[in-house]
Amino acid sequence: MKPRHLFWPLWGWPIAMGVLTCIGLVSALFSDGGFGDMLAWLTLGIPTAVCFWFGWVRRIEQRP
Amino acid sequence: MSNRTIKTWAWVHKWSSLICTVFMLLLCLTGLPLIFHHEIGHLLGTEVETPKMAPGTPHASLDKVLEVARAQHPDRVVQFASKDEDDDNLWFVTMTPTPDPTEDFRSVAIDARTAEVLAQPRFDEGFMYVMFKLHVDLFAGLPGKLFLGFMGLLLLVAIVSGVVLYAPFMRKLDFGTVRRDRRTRLKWLDLHNLLGVVTLVWLFVVGATGMINTWADLVIKYWQYDQLSALMVPYQGQPTVPVAERGSVQRSMEVAQAQAPHTKLSFIAFPGTAFSSPHHTTFFLKGNEPFTSKLLQPVLVDAKTAEVTAAPQLPWYLTALLVSQPLHFGDYGGMPMQIIWALLDIATIIVLGSGLYLWLKKGKTVPVPDPRSKPETETGEVPARPLSDQPVEQPLGTAS
Repeated sequence: MKPRHLFWPLWGWPIAMGVLTCIGLVSALFSDGGFGDMLAWLTLGIPTAVCFWFGWVRRIEQRP
Repeated sequence: MSNRTIKTWAWVHKWSSLICTVFMLLLCLTGLPLIFHHEIGHLLGTEVETPKMAPGTPHASLDKVLEVARAQHPDRVVQFASKDEDDDNLWFVTMTPTPDPTEDFRSVAIDARTAEVLAQPRFDEGFMYVMFKLHVDLFAGLPGKLFLGFMGLLLLVAIVSGVVLYAPFMRKLDFGTVRRDRRTRLKWLDLHNLLGVVTLVWLFVVGATGMINTWADLVIKYWQYDQLSALMVPYQGQPTVPVAERGSVQRSMEVAQAQAPHTKLSFIAFPGTAFSSPHHTTFFLKGNEPFTSKLLQPVLVDAKTAEVTAAPQLPWYLTALLVSQPLHFGDYGGMPMQIIWALLDIATIIVLGSGLYLWLKKGKTVPVPDPRSKPETETGEVPARPLSDQPVEQPLGTAS
């Protein structure tokens, strides 16, 4: 059995990304060029930017 | 999670992804230009444009439009007619040798105001057609579609098993860690985990809706069997209504639209085609709201008398199919959405490619540590913690 405190550090960000993606996918379905579209761009844009930032740009410092 | 459980999930992840990866790479690569098919069409000059006329110029009768289309291909029948998505002044008429489903079709683009032929665009040749066919059915018709649907199912299994494996791999690492300073393989493992978990929901939705799309032909057939056949009982045994005996299609369209106000035409299916019956011209109308515009209301009009026979509610499975389509295409939230779709598609290509790389490089890695031995800390790639629940080092290659 895993200690409970491990859950959020491990799954917090993946869940946040998933929730943002869901909001984006659904909001554009119910909009036509208005606020819903912009919300979709933002909420789907964040996971895309996260991929780019961590996967491409960010350099972690080498541990001793 | 015990080592044994991890190994089982790693086995599931390995085989589900290995089998579908090549096809998924193909789908991602061919899907990329398809996201921008309108824009590419404009660039290539293959999109039909209507000439400028005074706003509100009256439209010609649809019967005249169809007559003009038939004159272009006297040896063919009209299977479908539809208005352009963005231009109400443009009709597309699909002409085929018989009303049956076929790949052999000609499209005639006709100005709705003057009933003049504007173009005869070929949708069955060229770069975009090849991309489309490879993406949809590998040039193999329904079996090809169903095969790709099965690959989509394997993708979903790979995604779920990948989520399960994420925990043991990332337990000791901060979110987003990519160990570039270590061996190349470790960098790609981290990238695989990072991009995989961030694009998870998107890829699951696109994969699942793609899989649902592959069932479209069967779902439509079931709809005919399930609902249309009951409406056809009074017409049983009669052949497809010949063109000469049909009533006015213009009048049929007007009565169909009167049946469902606050809608506009999506497309017309002519008698005997896959979306209609041998005795009806079926008008598929769509709503005016952003969401209802994705749904269709069929209105069956008797082809001889031009009177409405029925306007059945679309069953849930066709509604599900129609709602799932924009979620797959990504074309429902403007250009920024299309760009995001393309970027997520590229991220998926990296996830697939890195998964393949991790599997190919499996022989050159440190072996999975024996659970009874001391932790292997000097390589720096397995976190220093009790090995009883130590992860296997790679998602694809270890559990064979």
